[in-house]
Amino acid sequence: MLQTADAGQTDDGALVRRAQAGDAEAFGLLVERYMRRAYFAALALVSRREDALDLSQEAFARAFLARRSIDPERPFYAWLYQILRRLCFNFLRDRRTRARTFEAAGTWLADEAAERFRSDPADALARREAQRRVAAAMEALPAREREVLALKEFESLTYREIASLVGIPVGTVMSRLYSARRRLADALEEP
Amino acid sequence: MQDGAALERARTLMMQALDGEISAGERRELDDLITGSPELVAEWRRLRRVKEVTTDMTLQNPPAEIWDGYWTSVYRRTERGLAWVLISIGVTIPAAYWVWHVIRSFLADTNMPLFLKLPIAALAIGVLLLVISVVREKLFTARRDPYVKEVIR
Repeated sequence: MLQTADAGQTDDGALVRRAQAGDAEAFGLLVERYMRRAYFAALALVSRREDALDLSQEAFARAFLARRSIDPERPFYAWLYQILRRLCFNFLRDRRTRARTFEAAGTWLADEAAERFRSDPADALARREAQRRVAAAMEALPAREREVLALKEFESLTYREIASLVGIPVGTVMSRLYSARRRLADALEEP
Repeated sequence: MQDGAALERARTLMMQALDGEISAGERRELDDLITGSPELVAEWRRLRRVKEVTTDMTLQNPPAEIWDGYWTSVYRRTERGLAWVLISIGVTIPAAYWVWHVIRSFLADTNMPLFLKLPIAALAIGVLLLVISVVREKLFTARRDPYVKEVIR
């Protein structure tokens, strides 16, 4: 997916330059180009749709206010993502200190798998239960492990792309993935 | 029983295998490491099970209409942000001037008895300390935020 962003880098750069020159519509085009990706990245981290919408919009708003500091030669989304992840991490940190409202785990996930296995209700039920457990365990993961896992599983980025986006070595990507998956495996085996 | 380095290597290779980022040579290396280690065989089975589950998971789409007004909402946010900055400036400066004026007249008031002056002074100092404490904590948290700095080697 990063390749897609890289391929559009020239366009992004031109739009950034126009936005820096005072053309708000050019920034609007950048928003339209990346709003879905930013929203889903936030959703994978914070779980609630309303929060993901709020945080992704806030990231764009901050990016707009700071648009003069964007380097048009570098991928726009990578820059935006730094703002977005910071907002999401701060949000998670604050939320953990507050009393959380009860919400069933995994409400942020689509139910497509259950649909796919509708022909075998028992299998569908088992898969749904496994997904519910894994979703609950994902919600409890340390934020940085959850981030890497989400980029891998939901955005299908390569290790190198994740490393570049998050700003960590490839080895750290793999160790965070391993740690996250081991926790999810424990959750799956809980009685 | 595997030594620590071999375990570490096996786990790295397991991740690469699960995510389709493993070469044929590395795959053979992984198989060699796993063979004869019931511990790694069990771990490999557990991790594959997790991968099976997460592969089926997709994020829920929001209602389509949110995309229509997305940019407008972002733009309004920036306007509101600017408005709040201006309001804050407009409120803070006169309020600070008013507080300063009240403190001056309070200190200059010779008719007020000491038993009233002392608690009011204590209240003012308490509020000031509270504000300083909150600001300091915010600054401290911002500087030590573990998510701000990622180590790049």
